[in-house]
Amino acid sequence: MTVRLPPYPTLFVFLGLAVATGLVTGPAGLGPGDIARALSGEGDAQSRLILLHIRGPRVMAALLVGAALAVSGGLFQALLRNPLAEPYLLGVSSGAALGAVLAIVTGVAAAAGPALPLAALVGGLAAIAVVFRVARVAGRMDTRVLILAGVVTSAFLSACITLILTLGPEEALRTAYFWTLGSLSGISWRMNAILAAYAVPAALLAFRLARDLNALSLGEEAAAALGTEVERTKRAAYVLGSLLAAATVSVAGIIGFVGLVVPHAVRILWGSDHRLVLPLSCLAGAGVVAFADALARGPWGVVEIPIGVVTALVGVPFFLVLLRRGTAA
Amino acid sequence: MNLGLSGAWLRYPGAADWAMRDVTLEFTPGVHSAVLGPNGAGKSTLLRALAGLLDCDRGAAFIEGEKSADWPRRELARRMAFVSSTEEGAFPVRVREYVGLGRNPYLGSFSPPSEADRAIVGSALERTDMQGLADRYVTNLSAGELQRARVARALAQEPAILLLDEPTAHLDIGHEYAVFDLLSQLVEELSLTIVSVTHNINMASRFASRVVLMRAGAVVADGEPETVLTPEHLGTAYDWPVHTVRPEGLGCVALPVRRPRAGQEAGG
Repeated sequence: MTVRLPPYPTLFVFLGLAVATGLVTGPAGLGPGDIARALSGEGDAQSRLILLHIRGPRVMAALLVGAALAVSGGLFQALLRNPLAEPYLLGVSSGAALGAVLAIVTGVAAAAGPALPLAALVGGLAAIAVVFRVARVAGRMDTRVLILAGVVTSAFLSACITLILTLGPEEALRTAYFWTLGSLSGISWRMNAILAAYAVPAALLAFRLARDLNALSLGEEAAAALGTEVERTKRAAYVLGSLLAAATVSVAGIIGFVGLVVPHAVRILWGSDHRLVLPLSCLAGAGVVAFADALARGPWGVVEIPIGVVTALVGVPFFLVLLRRGTAA
Repeated sequence: MNLGLSGAWLRYPGAADWAMRDVTLEFTPGVHSAVLGPNGAGKSTLLRALAGLLDCDRGAAFIEGEKSADWPRRELARRMAFVSSTEEGAFPVRVREYVGLGRNPYLGSFSPPSEADRAIVGSALERTDMQGLADRYVTNLSAGELQRARVARALAQEPAILLLDEPTAHLDIGHEYAVFDLLSQLVEELSLTIVSVTHNINMASRFASRVVLMRAGAVVADGEPETVLTPEHLGTAYDWPVHTVRPEGLGCVALPVRRPRAGQEAGG
């Protein structure tokens, strides 16, 4: 590690660039000039409409979803004391996907606007509750059991999804498939407000855990000896991480790698202190998803690439480079 | 009771035998007491019960008159530090950060470490002779350095009581001596109350003012090293005939006597 970038300024610049890129990108062909005019209240009505009702809420959603996923990933990695943990590991995503698929197959999703995200949220929360219950023995949460319970629950739910889709109507298969790939299209300001009302307090509560998560990274016994109420901390990390993940999945589907890669990259660049890792992941995750979404819809004309594909295609090589550099240092 | 156990019984969930049976002890304030005994004798169990990390089934462990397990962890961590030789960090941290975790019980959720906190970490590093390694990653330390870093972290907690579980496991004789010497320095200069669990009879006899010898969850002998570390006591505790030697000024050395192998006639 030769150059140490100042974390907050670097990430705010990154975030600003991501927002700007997100606002100027889209099939309508509005350039930076049009956007600037629309932002200052000038320009034509159509530009303003696109900015205010299509790109604006979409960029906002990207920021919220990215921030929530990255904080969730950071929490799970600290809780499971494993840098390979990520928000979807313990079944939140499969639960949400099952809820979404049920809503799609039964036709409820097509009937009412908020039915799909609501079904996904319920599915995700149900999976969280089941895994939590299984891993809790005599008032203690065993994180090894938690991983097994989560992975097994996840596999079971995936099997249910496959079964339903195999027996269900064909067009449901396509809708469900694209849902699982994740998308930020069509998220309204209203939905953004709901997501923010939910994710912002959860993220702030997560930041409060940072000091105890630092202790927990040494193991439960060492953490207790350093003054951490271990069970309470683990419970809080699990619940907050799961809620953040469930919220993002219900509005945007499954967007992989952000929750894994962002906290990890932050750690490589700026160290393992969770008092930095969590807030920095929040900023970096927001920027990464905003960029990824711009890349997903920008250069391909009317076709939109699923954002999960972008985060994986761009995120993974970038991550591998960081990983090589990080271990070499 | 300042630090001790009273009628303490403890059994692990699912285990058939008691790990600790009817232990009543009061540790002397301001001295180093060593707990000795064979594998599975209940030494670490006793230490963890003292630290409030395990809850006794009957009886209890006490710190400053209150049951160890009832202390709020944050309050307890300002009075007592616990050093285990087995813990391993999940993420790479530098020595200074690692030692800085000892300030956790004093920090608010969002407050960064103050100048005073940093000074305390600095003096803990100095006392353990770790200041030159402060910017190293903990994963790159040798076993001896890592153990010193753990003691430094414990000192950053500014405790009155220091509990150590096998503080010199995996250390060579020189480093082992250095750790025990550091502990006696802490007793002399900071008047810490130290309880260490160890397998090294020689170090215990030289550095501890008091030795507790355990076997099968119970105390076999307790007192000054000279009175506890006899061939009779050691033979009973370790279930093996022991010969002791006391070279001038070098404490007690315990040597296991040759015993016939299973199925062989007695001889040699």
